Amino acid sequence: MMIAAVDPYILTLSAVTVVVTVFMGFWAARKSKSAADFFVAGRGVSVGWNASAISGEYLSAASFMGVAAMVMSSGYDALWYPVCYACGYLFLLLFIAGPLRRFGAYTIPDFAEGRYDSPLFRKIAVVFVLFIGCFYTMPQMKGAGTTLAYIFPGLPYWAGVVLIGSVITLNVALGGMKGITLVQAFQYWAKMFAISIPVFVLMSVYGGYGHQFETKPSGPLPEKAPAEAAWMNPFGPLTTKAAKAVKPGLVYEGPRVTALSEEYGLRLNQQGLSGSLPGLVLAVGEGDYPAVDLAMEYVHAQMAQKGVFTPRQTVSLETSLDLATRRMHWRSVEFKSAKLHGEALLSTLATNGITLSQEGNRFVAFPTSEGVLRSMDARPYALLYTYSLIIALVCGTAGLPHILVRFYTNPDGVAAKRTTMWVMILIGVFYVFPPVIGVMGRNLMPGLYSGAGVSGTDGLVLKLPTILQERFGILGSILSGVTCAGAFAAFMSTFSGLLVSMTGALAHDVYGRILRPQSTAGERMRMFKWCAVLIGGISIVLGTMVENFEINFMVGQAFAIAAASYFPLLFMSVWWRGMTMKGAATGMLSGGLLAMVAISLTSWTTFITAQAAKFKSLGRPEPEWFHSLKPYSLAEYWAMHPLLRILCEQPAIWAVPLAILLMIVVSKQTSRDIPKDIRMKMLVLHAPEELGLKQEYIRDHEGAH
Amino acid sequence: MNDAVLARLKHQQLRLSVCCAATFLVALLALPLFNYFLPELMASRVGGFPLTWLILGVLFFPFVWVIAWVFIRQSMALEAAEVLELKRNPPPGN
Repeated sequence: MMIAAVDPYILTLSAVTVVVTVFMGFWAARKSKSAADFFVAGRGVSVGWNASAISGEYLSAASFMGVAAMVMSSGYDALWYPVCYACGYLFLLLFIAGPLRRFGAYTIPDFAEGRYDSPLFRKIAVVFVLFIGCFYTMPQMKGAGTTLAYIFPGLPYWAGVVLIGSVITLNVALGGMKGITLVQAFQYWAKMFAISIPVFVLMSVYGGYGHQFETKPSGPLPEKAPAEAAWMNPFGPLTTKAAKAVKPGLVYEGPRVTALSEEYGLRLNQQGLSGSLPGLVLAVGEGDYPAVDLAMEYVHAQMAQKGVFTPRQTVSLETSLDLATRRMHWRSVEFKSAKLHGEALLSTLATNGITLSQEGNRFVAFPTSEGVLRSMDARPYALLYTYSLIIALVCGTAGLPHILVRFYTNPDGVAAKRTTMWVMILIGVFYVFPPVIGVMGRNLMPGLYSGAGVSGTDGLVLKLPTILQERFGILGSILSGVTCAGAFAAFMSTFSGLLVSMTGALAHDVYGRILRPQSTAGERMRMFKWCAVLIGGISIVLGTMVENFEINFMVGQAFAIAAASYFPLLFMSVWWRGMTMKGAATGMLSGGLLAMVAISLTSWTTFITAQAAKFKSLGRPEPEWFHSLKPYSLAEYWAMHPLLRILCEQPAIWAVPLAILLMIVVSKQTSRDIPKDIRMKMLVLHAPEELGLKQEYIRDHEGAH
Repeated sequence: MNDAVLARLKHQQLRLSVCCAATFLVALLALPLFNYFLPELMASRVGGFPLTWLILGVLFFPFVWVIAWVFIRQSMALEAAEVLELKRNPPPGN
């Protein structure tokens, strides 16, 4: 029975966290209706509370559960995430926080409208907030599903997502959890204790952080686990994945001749070897032919399969010297298609000891015995991946809407800056701990490598304390309950924060300003509730689909999209007076959408591959719809083009410069549209707050309206 | 406040931000290069830790705190100086 297997301590601690959070949310919301706004994000909140609140909102399920899981599964590669999350915040402080605070824009749509005097841009920005928001909610939902599947063994992942998602959605719809400082501050300390205390206890039993590297894993490493060398490698499983997918191939390094080099620009009949294929030689009947002729025919058959060519596409075949003289027996049959014809040729060549290697439109034929096995050096690719990842994470922080808002909850600029210093310390101290858990996980719970989802590395943070059960009895359960409570704090706070800002954007901006500007406050309140349900519902549906994606990885991808859209918008708008609305919009949309498309392509492949593996491990036959999708998984394409795969999976390295470039170019073209009062705007952005320029600016603007 | 003063203001702020950003970016971006070109050095053990793990997993955080602290101190000093100067020499036409 499912219920009997539930650990009472774990369940209790988790339930307590949920109840306390929800209760505090409603209680504080009620209190805020009165004048006292200690609980609401308003002026007069002290540095300590505010710093804790920001840190609480910053640390999502990715930070709490995801980093440790990723360190266990990918080793060193995962360390970039916590460091870059912290650096991203610093980046925000250095370039964006101050000016934005002086400007007084609380959200990105606010800033977009204010900086460019463009309600249209506001609408565009709002739509984007919704898109990126969805990408952020998916990892939180995964955290929820995983945690619930752990607490209630046997509960399917999707049920956990639906359950938690619904609870939080209802909570937001009914008015609770409005990003209240007290609640968020509490969440930070809950998470901090939840991650550190188990670590300290475990370290006192099993040795310190450094000691873990000198310990061998307690059990045999399962097949799926990365080997020691790969795991510790600075270019490890994550960054070398694309390059390693390329199969090591036989390479021919001897002298060669060009047997074929032709240009194609025709549309061909895909079905058969139609005569319109230039230079096609049909070796019909039976006989002995020179091997090079058969190799050429194979090339033509491959080309015939493709069907449509781009203009001036060249195909080349190189062979080792002796293939002209080597003869092979070949019997041709009425092949139904070019594909079958090619396959038959290839197998005949192979049986005769000849290998044909292919790279795109370049073919090389050589005796197999003279081939040399070469696998790609994955490291340059891994370096590229690493840099693209760093850029995505550091620049992507600018896109966290619920973080920017909190820069204004201090009474003045000085307090805001001191708050930021404390936030850096609070989140930095937090981030040291998850990797420790990851390393300990490898040593103490290597069995997790063979599982998937919560029974795999994703459940590490929740499960690791249970190893203490042997020696210390219920302490293990209690600590596991503590980490569960922390996990709840993490994904509940982030998901509700996102839901609140997304719903606010949808209800107030889209509905309230675009669709029905004459709506009353009451109508808008109701719309808020419906929007919350809508967005919550969408997040839940998306969340059920991401069981096979790593939490941290998904957040990294959301960051990459934000880095290509929001970061250039904020950075360029603050520091360059030549920006126009069209330039900003073009850059933001192009960068963001292209990054989104690129990421979706690789995520699609991951989704199909992981689902196939899952069906296999469950022993179930693949359903019909899945089977028909499989040929389109692009997996083979990526295997042949690792560079493209890396650029699609981590697009920041090209998407961010592209967005900035487009912004500059289009702004220069539309320089007539620079806001008339740009001088004033720049003053407000950069002059010290003390000079009171913002008040002047607001007065001027109010006069104009 | 005239354009020249505003421009100088912006430049001073930008320079401070860029200097701080450059410091941590150089360190952050150099690390993969060190890993690439000096793998043995980066894998050497310090207190059990591989050196590169110690740097990225532990030491980078205090490094970031120092930069943040320096930036905050400098930017506050910059603002105070700006305010002082503008009060002392209000630009013409103000």
